[in-house]
Amino acid sequence: MNLHEYQARALLKAAGVPMLDGDVASTPTEAESIARRIGGTVVIKAQVHAGGRGKAGGVKLARNPSEAADEAAQILGMTIKGLDVHKVLVVPAAEIVTESYVGLIMDRETQRPVFMVSSAGGVDIEEVAAKTPEKIVRMPIDPTFGLYPHQALRLAFVLYRDFTQVKAAAKIMAQLYQAFVDNGASLAEINPLITGPDGRVLALDAKIVIDDNELFWRPDLGVLRDDSAELPSEAAARRANLSFIKLDGDVGCVVNGAGLAMATMDLVKFYGGEPANFLDIGGSSSPEKVIAALKIITADPHVKAILFNIFGGITRTDDVASGIVAATSQFKVDVPIVIRLTGTNEAEAFRILGGVGMTALSDMDEAVERVVRLAREAA
Amino acid sequence: MSVFADAGTRLLVQGITGREGSFHSRQMLEYGTRIVAGVTPGKGGQTFEGTVPIFNTVADAVADTGANTTVIYVPPMAAAAAIIEAADAGIPLIICITEGIPVMHMSRAMPFVRSRGVRLIGPNCPGLITPGTRTKVGIIPGNICSPGRVGLVSRSGTLTYEVVNHLTRSSIGQSTCVGIGGDPIIGTNFIDCLRAFQDDPATDAIVMIGEIGGTDEQSAAEFVRASVTKPVVGFIAGQTAPKGRRMGHAGAIISGASGTAEEKLAAFEAAGIGVMRRPVEVVELLRARL
Repeated sequence: MNLHEYQARALLKAAGVPMLDGDVASTPTEAESIARRIGGTVVIKAQVHAGGRGKAGGVKLARNPSEAADEAAQILGMTIKGLDVHKVLVVPAAEIVTESYVGLIMDRETQRPVFMVSSAGGVDIEEVAAKTPEKIVRMPIDPTFGLYPHQALRLAFVLYRDFTQVKAAAKIMAQLYQAFVDNGASLAEINPLITGPDGRVLALDAKIVIDDNELFWRPDLGVLRDDSAELPSEAAARRANLSFIKLDGDVGCVVNGAGLAMATMDLVKFYGGEPANFLDIGGSSSPEKVIAALKIITADPHVKAILFNIFGGITRTDDVASGIVAATSQFKVDVPIVIRLTGTNEAEAFRILGGVGMTALSDMDEAVERVVRLAREAA
Repeated sequence: MSVFADAGTRLLVQGITGREGSFHSRQMLEYGTRIVAGVTPGKGGQTFEGTVPIFNTVADAVADTGANTTVIYVPPMAAAAAIIEAADAGIPLIICITEGIPVMHMSRAMPFVRSRGVRLIGPNCPGLITPGTRTKVGIIPGNICSPGRVGLVSRSGTLTYEVVNHLTRSSIGQSTCVGIGGDPIIGTNFIDCLRAFQDDPATDAIVMIGEIGGTDEQSAAEFVRASVTKPVVGFIAGQTAPKGRRMGHAGAIISGASGTAEEKLAAFEAAGIGVMRRPVEVVELLRARL
């Protein structure tokens, strides 16, 4: 789960990380009063889960409160990469002497949290990583023992020479690590970590991604979820416990298992079609899940045909068949449905579908070829 | 012969009385797996299906039954602790089926597993099956498998079934099928399985099924080039997945590459691995190499 910058800031602030004052606003009036309280020039930043906010015009300077209101009004009406901006963060415009990068990520390869720091911080850190990877220092941390003081110091010495700044940065490393662990994060990032004219070390921007598997037992983190920051179809899918990603094609796909779902999309493309979505109904798929899946897919006006591809293992194909029958009796599906079912209880599934005059195939290639042809004919 | 599971497997089921655990234990017994014990704390002394003794702790179960393999079906929040308990009891092979374990739990469990010198397969995996000895550990449907000489290793669940089904319907049997799981932190990777299949006299060829993300398939391809003499064919799911959602900057920085299907397929081709563009192609690619 991605957090907004203002939420990530709040978590880091709670862990003691020093940063400039600032607050979040939902209206131009709120932005104006925050700017007045802060005083001087402020930065207005769109709060959306999309990269490239600056390039999209979602980050603007404002020299006084009335400019802050104007800029906030502009940004609050924007759509960035399909996502509406509902909130802006208002922070003081910082005077920057040096910019560094500090990131902490759960790494597949070392199977540990890994610190990454670089004195070449700022927006171009990915370019630094690609062109001069030696400028980024990495350090895996054993989570059983946590971050030792000497490790924090070593990381801080990568960034600064002045020992006062080194000590301040080492403390921030420790605070970032604690925030990472305490909030079940898979990523926590300060970019940039700056020094100002007064020599103070401050976090200017923050990013945190929470491990979705933690949410089950951490309702305190779950409340940070911003439904309005997701596409409506994706939010609806999540509430129905479906794994769903909206795509641009016209062949709707309902599949059990992420690997098979991806392979199904690949096959749709192989036969000349374009998938409208990725959708994994998961292992134990009840008829209710199938109904929810069909509702979400049929709400997309671009969908010209729908494919079910179910390989029954734990998933009982008769449950899926019952779901399809129930859904099509509850609401009208205007586009053709092609069903491929094989595995657990398939005879029963074919019988259930046959009872309402529906048929199913047992071969995946045959089903995909057919659904692509039907989508093309309907287009 | 086969890898990881065979006629010598004496299986323990952790979470044997739970909803998932009991259902799949019945399936495993029906298939022919020798389940020697179950563990559910508080239910020690009872039996499962009237035949399998239940113990309160893994240590008790091992002492009493000589279990040498364990399969874990306990809920996500307790699963990493169950892995650690099994490793602590010295069980040499631990298979964890549970999906949804917080990655920090696994990050803490893995060093412990390594320190005990035991093998973990999974988590979030379908387990493994050796059709020749009717040994199934996990949830792979037994009826789609058939005994034979092709080893299969996969990151997926149902996609594995799809491929195995094609093999069985074309009379190409399997030595062992292993699902290694799709989580960021897993105990056994492609290379571990490739090495086991290379060393297994009962395996003539290997199928590997990967996915986009990470660099495990690329490392595996390099291992195939350097150390595997048996024919290998491979598939990568997600060839047409959108680049989309990334984990901030650090995700791109850490791997140095984004783990796209193109990179992985290129690595496969460079290593002489037969590339399947569709699951069904597994049959002709293997036939050409056997």
